[in-house]
Amino acid sequence: MPMMKWRCNFLKKYDVETTISYPKKGAMGKTGTWRVFKPILDKKKCVKCLRCWIYCPEATVIRNKDDSVDIDYEYCKGCGICANVCKVKAITLEREGEIK
Amino acid sequence: MTSVMIDTGNYIAAKAAVMCKPEVVAAYPITPQTTLVEGIANYLASGEFKGEYICVESEHSAMAACIGASSTGVRTFTGTSSHGLLLMHEMLHWAALARLPIVMCNINRVIGPGWNIWSDENDSISQRDTGWIQFYCSSNQEIFDTTIQSFKIAEHEKVQLPVMISYNAFILSHTSMPVYIPDQKEIDSFLPKRKPKWKLDVDNPITFGNIILPPAYEKVRKDMQESQEFAKKLIPNISKEWKKSFGRYHGDLLEYYRCDDAEYILLSMGAIGAESKVAIDNLRKEGVKIGLARVRCFRPFPQEEILKLSKKADLIVIDRNISVGMEGAVFTEIKAALYGKSDAKVNGFIAGLGGKDVTFADIEKMCKKVVSGKAKHLEWFGLEGV
Repeated sequence: MPMMKWRCNFLKKYDVETTISYPKKGAMGKTGTWRVFKPILDKKKCVKCLRCWIYCPEATVIRNKDDSVDIDYEYCKGCGICANVCKVKAITLEREGEIK
Repeated sequence: MTSVMIDTGNYIAAKAAVMCKPEVVAAYPITPQTTLVEGIANYLASGEFKGEYICVESEHSAMAACIGASSTGVRTFTGTSSHGLLLMHEMLHWAALARLPIVMCNINRVIGPGWNIWSDENDSISQRDTGWIQFYCSSNQEIFDTTIQSFKIAEHEKVQLPVMISYNAFILSHTSMPVYIPDQKEIDSFLPKRKPKWKLDVDNPITFGNIILPPAYEKVRKDMQESQEFAKKLIPNISKEWKKSFGRYHGDLLEYYRCDDAEYILLSMGAIGAESKVAIDNLRKEGVKIGLARVRCFRPFPQEEILKLSKKADLIVIDRNISVGMEGAVFTEIKAALYGKSDAKVNGFIAGLGGKDVTFADIEKMCKKVVSGKAKHLEWFGLEGV
């Protein structure tokens, strides 16, 4: 498993092996692979209220300069909070790998 | 200048802890440890203890507070006993895996039900696999000296593991003995301020206890084992350094007493270890070639030394604990140390559970039964009759 090898090198050694790591983007690996439901944003419906950006617990809703948003699917775990807080129902959840 | 303080094991431990200048003490009172935390509180009131004293709502919180404090790089101390130690169990594992050099006194007390506050080692023995270094003391002087030595061992860059110092409820915790107390300056030069290799620092953020996948976790565990193995070599050096600085010596991992020409060697821990010396003297007078190896350090376990002893003598083990479904914990460990490498006979006794007194006369009886060849592999002293 290549990801596991990478994690070994990630831990810090201070004379002894510790469980300490440095915080950085993707410290836990590409968590987007954990996702079961994928949030799909309909930009036509979006009113740029930024509620999804505020509520996303993983900071995977990206705020653009004009306050429009995008979703970082590499790290979005698919919790669905963004869809739940969206007042105009601009975000819907789709099951990953679902064939339409 | 060295002074003499006549006081109970708990007050002596409080004095030792304060002289190590911990910056944080977090503790919850429990019989028979209560006077230890009371002692530290007194030093806080008098100004002799200048650290932070955190009163917590449980032992689980006490250890959690120690973990948090120790993570910031400061010296941290606590004390507990029996059910308090058991409530800490989860946090004990955490402290060791997080490689935090916390030092704790544990006063060996019976576990309930059958509510009982007396001496029994089952509380700390059942924390055997938490990764803590474990000492068992046999006198108040040894409690004082071991507490100070323990910080030096725990904080060593190649160890970075917590240390538990156990001593018997009431027999030591509430019994006054004269203890030599060195000058604070001498303690300071033996034990300088902790120099952490890493710490919780908001200006230089690090992540504690992030997810670790299997191979990395295994590496962390193996490294703990290597640190315990290193401690096996370090502890005798610390004992020698202490002897050189203060003139006192309580043994390394084991304390040997009249072992040189012994045909039988008795192994025991804690206060029974001290009592055993009297029994050894009496048996020697009667012509029995017997010596004592008091197990001072249970983790790391002195396998090599015990194997060496077994080349010249048969072994007798007294356990004040029982791993129910097996036998006394020390008895098991000793036989494991000998496996395939020694033909020595090993006899085990369970004695003094529930705080039952174990006198030198009792110890003599147990030894004589082994010498006469009448002892079974494992006996319960005073129940089956010796």
